[in-house]
Amino acid sequence: MSTEQLLQTPLHALHLELGARMVPFAGYDMPVQYPLGVMKEHLHTREQAGLFDVSHMGQIRLVGANAAKALEALVPVDIIDLPVGMQRYAMFTNDQGGILDDLMVANLGNDELFLVVNAACKDQDLAHLRKHLGDQCTVQPLFEERALLALQGPAAVKVLERLAPEVAKMTFMQFASVKLLGVDCYVSRSGYTGEDGFEISVPAASTEALARRLLAEPEVAAIGLGARDSLRLEAGLCLYGHDMNTETSPIEASLLWAISKARRADGARAGGFPGAATVFNQQQQGVARKRVGLLPQERTPVREDADIVDEAGTTIGRVCSGGFGPTLGGPVAMGYLDAAHTALDTPVWAIVRGKRVAMKVSKMPFVPQRYYRG
Amino acid sequence: MSELRFTEDHEWLRAEADGSVTVGITAFAQNALGDVVFVQLPELQNYDKGAEAATVESVKAASGVYMPLDGEVIEVNPALDSSPELVNEDPLGEGWFFRFIPADAAAVAQLLDQDAYDRLIKANADA
Repeated sequence: MSTEQLLQTPLHALHLELGARMVPFAGYDMPVQYPLGVMKEHLHTREQAGLFDVSHMGQIRLVGANAAKALEALVPVDIIDLPVGMQRYAMFTNDQGGILDDLMVANLGNDELFLVVNAACKDQDLAHLRKHLGDQCTVQPLFEERALLALQGPAAVKVLERLAPEVAKMTFMQFASVKLLGVDCYVSRSGYTGEDGFEISVPAASTEALARRLLAEPEVAAIGLGARDSLRLEAGLCLYGHDMNTETSPIEASLLWAISKARRADGARAGGFPGAATVFNQQQQGVARKRVGLLPQERTPVREDADIVDEAGTTIGRVCSGGFGPTLGGPVAMGYLDAAHTALDTPVWAIVRGKRVAMKVSKMPFVPQRYYRG
Repeated sequence: MSELRFTEDHEWLRAEADGSVTVGITAFAQNALGDVVFVQLPELQNYDKGAEAATVESVKAASGVYMPLDGEVIEVNPALDSSPELVNEDPLGEGWFFRFIPADAAAVAQLLDQDAYDRLIKANADA
């Protein structure tokens, strides 16, 4: 794909100025790394604070008295009782219980919901929302008008409170309208690294000034998509299209925790989302395969699509994400395994370049999450 | 002869006094790969030219290192097992990959010299 066809975020010129190596990602020309390099960018984020441009992701506003109820028809998550000023993780399911995309949903109050969806799925998600919700609430894409920055790491809070002291009081998954450099932004205390931090939705025209201001703080370095991937992998977080897709249900993807109690088979508003019967059946009967954490017992990184075999050499699964974890100091992976092999510490083997690499089924996250819960 | 020769796959070769040839990857290659986290070194055996003798794994991806000429690998760099970052820190020195005895000793001189390799890099950069 030539770069002329790629979309650019409002920070494109800044990425080039910072010496980023740009790659095509979900139709955008995005920074995969800066001169610091993936390893140091990853470690810097865990030790201090990293600034990520995630403006390629889709931001969508739903407005109307019925918006929460309407959205519940598409996700197995409690949206009706989502408090104002809170955000929740959700996924769109299909009629087979497969996952169409995963997303964040925040309640802005005044009958407004704010969604962040994956870049590669955002046009499809918008069409899905319009088709099913269009007659019940306003579906307003903010794809061009808003950018999204993530400020992640243990120093994120002390950096951002220099611009807006009130953010220090926010706890994990809280969401607020905050003025940053005089501009109305949406700030959530969340992210995709396993660290404390914030995601900041900012009007496109004000993005570069905010990014430059944050990068000028001594704790902050610009971090590319390469380290974003290794950070989320160590945190055990799913990447849509790799660790889940339309062929995997929330149960198979080990995301039962994300299905709200109110929406479960015995809940106050049981079911009512696409594929509910399949999902409930899987929850009760068990599934044939499941996503698990995998720790290679050798130095060899085990990458996506590597086959996994048991001691007898029978194929029992496949790696869905894998690479090197800079904080762990070793390779790390997750994969789908036949249910019989998913117990913790089960020895399994990945096939890498025709050779067996010993792995062990491991709990996730691989590094402790450090969210701020107050 | 101690001057370096190069392949289009961004390997360097240095003919040693004992008739063996040392192989590594160039500064350009290590920079393009990024942080090296693992190197799978070759077996001590014969490889045909173009065979994948070694694999270098960066944080993001695995890349093959191809046998530059027909020959027998006689030694690998043991330091890369515990310190793969040497490939980034000193690609032309401590980060060497392996030594081999070429089947045809004269073939080494037929590979790219420094000027030709520099032109190749420049052509890549301009592309």
